[in-house]
Amino acid sequence: MIKKSNLQIKNLRAAIGSTKILNGVSLQINSGETHIIMGPNGSGKSTLLSVLMGNPKYEVTGGSVVFNKKNLLKMSVTERAQAGIFLGFQHPQAIAGVTFGSFLRLAHNFVAKERDSKAVPIAPGPFANLMREEMSKLKMDQTFIGRFVNEGFSGGEKKKSEILQMALLKPSVAFLDEIDSGLDIDALKTVATEVGTIQKEQGLALVIVSHNPKILDFIEPDKIHIMSKGKIVAQGGKEIVAKIERGGYDALLKN
Amino acid sequence: MPVPKKTKKLLDKTGQTDAFSFKTKTKSFFASKRGLNEDVIREISAQKSEPSWMLDLRLNAYKIFLKKKMPAWGPDLSGIDFNNIHYYVRPQDKVKRSWEEVPSEIKDTFDKLGIPEAERKFLAGTGAQFESEMVYHSLAENLAKQGVIFESTDDALKHHPDIFKKYFGTIVPPADNKFSALNSAVWSGGSFIYVPKGVHVELPLQAYFRINSENMGQFERTLIIADEGSSVHYVEGCTAPTYSSDSLHSAVVEIIVKKGARVQYTTIQNWSSNVYNLVTKRAAAYENAHMYWLDCNLGSKVTMKYPSILLCKPGAKGEIQSLAFAGEGQHQDAGGKVIHLSGNTSSTIISKSISKKGGHSTYRGLVKVVPGASKVKTRVVCDALMLDKASRSDTYPVMDIKEQDVAIAHEATVAKIGEDELFYLMSRGLSEEQAATLIVNGFASPIVKQLPMEYAVELNRLLALEMTGSVG
Repeated sequence: MIKKSNLQIKNLRAAIGSTKILNGVSLQINSGETHIIMGPNGSGKSTLLSVLMGNPKYEVTGGSVVFNKKNLLKMSVTERAQAGIFLGFQHPQAIAGVTFGSFLRLAHNFVAKERDSKAVPIAPGPFANLMREEMSKLKMDQTFIGRFVNEGFSGGEKKKSEILQMALLKPSVAFLDEIDSGLDIDALKTVATEVGTIQKEQGLALVIVSHNPKILDFIEPDKIHIMSKGKIVAQGGKEIVAKIERGGYDALLKN
Repeated sequence: MPVPKKTKKLLDKTGQTDAFSFKTKTKSFFASKRGLNEDVIREISAQKSEPSWMLDLRLNAYKIFLKKKMPAWGPDLSGIDFNNIHYYVRPQDKVKRSWEEVPSEIKDTFDKLGIPEAERKFLAGTGAQFESEMVYHSLAENLAKQGVIFESTDDALKHHPDIFKKYFGTIVPPADNKFSALNSAVWSGGSFIYVPKGVHVELPLQAYFRINSENMGQFERTLIIADEGSSVHYVEGCTAPTYSSDSLHSAVVEIIVKKGARVQYTTIQNWSSNVYNLVTKRAAAYENAHMYWLDCNLGSKVTMKYPSILLCKPGAKGEIQSLAFAGEGQHQDAGGKVIHLSGNTSSTIISKSISKKGGHSTYRGLVKVVPGASKVKTRVVCDALMLDKASRSDTYPVMDIKEQDVAIAHEATVAKIGEDELFYLMSRGLSEEQAATLIVNGFASPIVKQLPMEYAVELNRLLALEMTGSVG
């Protein structure tokens, strides 16, 4: 049975040093929903996702975030991940000398144990099989298991590896930061289809930050949010995107 | 503290039932001889019934030791009190150290590493025997059939005087430095290995298989001779912390790698944090010979160790790989030296250091190419990883190249564990400590994966242990 999740963001404000980046963001997200956030460069889209994951670089200066009745802002990064929050990074970090397979197994077993104390850790062999199964769905090269985490991965490989991690760590809310950048049209289709499948299977709530309206060809959003200057300034359906495509963000923001 | 049953049984078998009740005796022994003079050296030599040439060598080395100044270019050695050290501990005295005297932090680490009880006693210098004795006997028989000599250095001086005298002190002469002079004056224990022409020793030879000898001595002396076309891998130490009640460990290792031979010398040491670990290690490699030092250093108060290779003839190849971990209050001053004495020789030095909680690690290296040694290839890589702002890392790579026709590569990196890397790993559900440990293991892995499997596993476990409580 799929556990229902709910994330309520109210008037969230955040800064890096003395620079204010989020100026009061409010958003409600439920299991199974898909939200897409668009907006001009520097509008605070990536920061919003990073702050929700708990990046210590940013200081939360106001507002509240409640995740399944708990105060998310009081939780550490580790606790947020264990509670079911996932962030697909725009620029995933390379970790030299650590193989992708061993890292992901460690994380998987640790998270599984935290979520259910009776969970039995999966051994390297069976875990590699799980990875291979998911990797073939994402059309990834099988040698990934033995490669170092994100080291020398191409742009597309990095994005696929983020989705692979999401598939195996089984979050209930996933933030995907520009998951479509650096992907060619075939890879975008593969990734978007797989994200959709995972969402259906796991009842995932999705928040996708994107620059590219092309993603709407493959993912059907429940809501599209337009961010500008650290705030959500417009919300709607696909018709908003049509407007942007015609006149750019300027046309939309003038109204 | 009662003696654990398993240990009691083992000690009963070996007639060492009283190994835990020598506390008063140990005390009286400790009160007796400290400090060094000619009489102490004469006594050491007499105890061992040595030939007169060795006594002369010791006495001469002692004179050199007195004349030589302390090295002033490196770590602070002012804490060494030469008058407060036992320079010779007779084997029969050695086993009488009581288990109660072993610091609790070391016992804890034994627990965490899951080291068998009997082995712990041995490693802590409180036990005389342990279970792998039988393994050693069958190994020794097999080696003897091939003409391989693998004995304690003391025994080898008695049993093989000719070959001993021919090579002893030729690679590291007493006058090399103050501590090689000290070692030459008071050496005791260590391993002697001779591998005959064309013989390949398949399994790594390990010092701790030599039971009842003094391989854990503080002034051990190791001499390895690999004859033409032979090969051998020697493993020194283990990941368990080596407890020493005295504060100075000063060993000398000499290796001769003859034409077409290959020697690998692997060290994993984890000294207790009161020890000054000052070691001189040098090898000479001849035509098409291959010398490989693999050196992993944890623990100690100060370690100064720069495994060296003299590349004497064309085709000789030298490799030095080292890993150092400097924790709180520790200074790891390590690196390597390669002297290209002949053309057409090649060398690689790879050094990695990790510092945490104010630990200080230094890479100190020398690559020297003498005039006329053309077509030399050398590559030096040193990487440092610091876990916090309080830690320190220095690099002193010296290149002394007196020849034009050479290929030299040098890379150095210094990195702090990055907030971004930690955030990425923690966003996958790992704790901060797990994330930092993973980064450290990844950093060390190019060196660790060169180790024999069981050591690699142990070292990774030990690195994880070092990381416990080091974050936050």
